[in-house]
Amino acid sequence: MKDRYANRKYILIALVLVAAAILISRLFYIQIVDKTYRVSAANNALRPITQYPARGLIYDRNGKLIVYNQAAYDLLVIPFQTSSFDTARFNEILGINMRDFRGRMKAAIKYSRRAPSVFMKMISSETYGALQEELYKFPGFYVQARTLRKYTRPVGAHLLGYVGEVDDKLISRDKYYRSGDYIGTSGIEKSYEEQLRGRKGVNILLVDVHNNVKGSYAGGRYDTTSIPGVNLWSTIDLDLQQYGEKLMRNKTGSIVAIEPSTGEILALVSSPSYNPSLLVGRVRSDNFARLQADTVKPLFDRALMASYPPGSTFKIMNGLIGLQEGVIRSSTLFGCNNGYHAGSITVGCHSHSSPNDLPHAVMMSCNAWFCNAFRYILENKNYSAIGEAFDHWRDYLVAFGFGNKLGIDLPNELAGNIPTRSYYDRYYGKDRWKALTVISLAIGQGEIGATPLQMANMAAVIANRGSFFIPHVVKKIGDKGAPSSLYTQKYITGISLQNFEPLIEGMEWAVNGGPGATARGARLDSIIICGKTGTAQNPHGKDHAIFVAFAPKDNPQIAIAVYVENAGFGSTFAAPIASLMIEEYLTGRIKRKYLEDYVFNLVIKPDAKE
Amino acid sequence: MQKNSNILSRIDWVTVMLWAVMMIMGWLNIYAAVYNENHTSIFDLSQRYGKQLLWIVAAIVLAVFVIVTDNKLYFFFAWFIYGFFILLLLLVLVVGKEINGARAWFEIGPFSIQPSEFAKFATGLALASFLNSRRQVNEFKVMAPATAIIIAPVILIALQPDMGSVVTYFAFFIVLFREGMSIYVFISVILAVVLFLLTLIFGTVPVALGIIAVSFIVLAIVSGYLTTLKALGVMAVTGGVSFLAGHYLLGLETGFIIVLAIVLAGAVFGWYTYRHKLKNPAVIYAFLLCGLLYLFTVDYAFHEILKPHQQDRINIMMGLDEDPYGEGYNLNQSLISVGSGGFTGKGYLNGTQTKFKFVPEQSTDFIFCTVGEEWGFLGSTVVIGLFVWLLIRLVVLAERQRTIFIRAYGYGVFALFLVHFFVNIGMTIGVMPVIGIPLPFFSYGGSSLWGFTILLFVFIRLDAGRTEYLG
Ligand SMILES: [Zn+2]
Repeated sequence: MKDRYANRKYILIALVLVAAAILISRLFYIQIVDKTYRVSAANNALRPITQYPARGLIYDRNGKLIVYNQAAYDLLVIPFQTSSFDTARFNEILGINMRDFRGRMKAAIKYSRRAPSVFMKMISSETYGALQEELYKFPGFYVQARTLRKYTRPVGAHLLGYVGEVDDKLISRDKYYRSGDYIGTSGIEKSYEEQLRGRKGVNILLVDVHNNVKGSYAGGRYDTTSIPGVNLWSTIDLDLQQYGEKLMRNKTGSIVAIEPSTGEILALVSSPSYNPSLLVGRVRSDNFARLQADTVKPLFDRALMASYPPGSTFKIMNGLIGLQEGVIRSSTLFGCNNGYHAGSITVGCHSHSSPNDLPHAVMMSCNAWFCNAFRYILENKNYSAIGEAFDHWRDYLVAFGFGNKLGIDLPNELAGNIPTRSYYDRYYGKDRWKALTVISLAIGQGEIGATPLQMANMAAVIANRGSFFIPHVVKKIGDKGAPSSLYTQKYITGISLQNFEPLIEGMEWAVNGGPGATARGARLDSIIICGKTGTAQNPHGKDHAIFVAFAPKDNPQIAIAVYVENAGFGSTFAAPIASLMIEEYLTGRIKRKYLEDYVFNLVIKPDAKE
Repeated sequence: MQKNSNILSRIDWVTVMLWAVMMIMGWLNIYAAVYNENHTSIFDLSQRYGKQLLWIVAAIVLAVFVIVTDNKLYFFFAWFIYGFFILLLLLVLVVGKEINGARAWFEIGPFSIQPSEFAKFATGLALASFLNSRRQVNEFKVMAPATAIIIAPVILIALQPDMGSVVTYFAFFIVLFREGMSIYVFISVILAVVLFLLTLIFGTVPVALGIIAVSFIVLAIVSGYLTTLKALGVMAVTGGVSFLAGHYLLGLETGFIIVLAIVLAGAVFGWYTYRHKLKNPAVIYAFLLCGLLYLFTVDYAFHEILKPHQQDRINIMMGLDEDPYGEGYNLNQSLISVGSGGFTGKGYLNGTQTKFKFVPEQSTDFIFCTVGEEWGFLGSTVVIGLFVWLLIRLVVLAERQRTIFIRAYGYGVFALFLVHFFVNIGMTIGVMPVIGIPLPFFSYGGSSLWGFTILLFVFIRLDAGRTEYLG
């Protein structure tokens, strides 16, 4: 066999020799020539001290500090470096007994004799002080500085979230984290974890047998400095947040307040809540278990994670869509005979004057008017079939942020639910359903679900007359930072400016109007509030009260949604709470002390049955 | 069976001995790497050294199995085996288990198996089988399908993504080189890989400037200083103009500005070289331009085509990002380990770095740390010497074959071992970027040990029966 390329084997052998020569000369350099790697005495040991950076601080929209750090210390041990010492004195300083000591030591040895492990987590500054003075007596032990979260006020637990220890699953997925590291587990702490955490550093120290630090290994050549976390400026108004939580005490529900012109969330209240300090440090796991077992679910963030049928507040949406589609006008009159009657179907209504135009129908929250309007929307002659009209109706709702996650910068947001055409096709058969089949959608009942956040966003859209920014809770990342570009983009809903006016007029009258107005409990003398009440049907007990509003009518500063579970009609409790929130935010002080006291003292048991 | 009765006498026992010695040394070092006074039984299956012992026993069984099979099997079933492993690589993308961000593992009961470790053997067989029937490797119609055989598994493995394994597959170009691939193509491939690695370490712009500097040095050597000075002058002018226009007027990125300057310089200088009929500057210029375009294409592909999470995953696999304690933490720690070993090492089981669990992946990709720390420069040199011995032995065995099939397969084995050996030890001591690939027979892990054992023993088996094949 002829082989023209046989000589190439020499090139390949040369390749092997060159590779080996490169490796051996490099090894020669780092193992023999370069002395920096050498540990001078055999007894000296290297000790890696992780430098944990301080977590970023969180401020409110006015620069008030909300979350900061306090020092804490972990006591570490390298078992093989320990020798006999005064365990009695040691235990006395730490406040543990001999059995406890043995247990902890055993656990450390089980992990490794030569690698450091945590002997005691998060010892206090006082204990640390006492221990530091006598640490030379306890070879093998050393202290590592950590930081723990501290709160200026006991508010905003759901919003801020908490910091927990990383679990094994995450450690295997993300190489940044090591066992014992902290990580934001919920709220802002979780969604801005990467900014808040900063970057760890490490100091490699040389330590002699007497537990004395002899200095940095290799002159600090392999040390890295930690980088502190970035500070965040939240959109939250801390005073308003605190006031909202106070108003909601002894009630179940939530408040979401948004600045309409920016989408910045001013307050995000979920009740019942808890003191965020409960989930810090050594008490965290016990308290967490306790809160998790609590039947009123204080860990559950109702503002983002509870979906309710929006009830009568949803009439605004149907009014807007009807006007935009041209199937009704503001002046369209519909009568109401204590409800809507069509064939075998009856949707009841309370007694009020009749017939009404759109603003009056909103003001009195007339069910019959909106059933008629909804039928016009679905039986629109411009579309070939009800399915097509339904798709258009749904598209408007999606443009308002219903039926999908809005994309707030907090974890675990719920999408809510707006049924699709195919859902009804599946349920009733293709095109086997009519406007009357789904008439409960006219008044916000049925297969429809929205979160308080989505309802507050709807109020913001109305305040803006047709557009919104995605609601968010952080306005500035770092001193010179900006929010994520996600939150500076304006969304248009496709409803024309002029179509908002009749509905806003109706909402104004609902709060400020004469006989038949449904939300007079929200009225404020100095400022025109526009609002709409609602009642979410609750199959498990008393209905939930809802109120959405914005104020002032012109150039609105605040849009709000208030939910009070098991409180019955929206006008009774939700409207005054919204009104007080608006007064607090816009005027900075409450004139209506009687109303405030009434709300403060109100107790609504979450389990109340009819 | 006559041929089986004397098969033992025809086996290359030198290679078998090297294999056995490396495996035992590997095990001793894994024992040291995970050594813990609390678990001292070497059969402790909860510990890695216990498991590795099990893998070694299984590897011996595998080796015996490979030796007793009919050697013609590998020739006739080469394509079938290749197809089977391509299928497995497809399957692992769908039903595989994700470990450390790569969907590269099948989970079977308590065991995880990595098909890409075995696909190397299949690719080597298929490539050898293909080359066996071709005479002119230099031609495009041979080169193209041969490249396709190598690239198919590469693409599937890149999707996992396991960039370490991807790099190793480029070793097969060494086989093509031995079988007659154009030396220019071979040098281009090597340059492409080197440039890629350099870009990973230093970034695009410094490497681009480096290429330009090298071009001028080569130009000075080949064409003399006068031409070089003229070229430098042209380059300075076009570079300046491009920078002013590109940076201030158009707001271009540095990479674009460099390419723009080079293209402009080429236009001006091209006219000069044409008029003076200078061939060398033109060739050097062509290399320079191709090099830069390649560089920025790779950079563009990485940053623009890949989605951020894919970039992250590649960065993580390359050890370039998510580095907990700053740049090159792993590398620093492994340098300290190896460097602190000194001339004779700290002695077996006495490594302090090893025990501190400083170096992650110490028993897998960074096993050489333990060698360096506990056995010192002497021990490290012995290990490197063993690999050199094995590699040269493989060249000798491959060269004595009478069929292209066995020779090409043998060179495939050679090439894979060479790349694993150089890249793995190189990354541990900081002459290579951190690419997570195992050191053959040393690193912990059943898949890699079995993969390498099959790879090697199929060649030993083919070599033992070489007289039965007719070229
Ligand atoms: Zn009515």
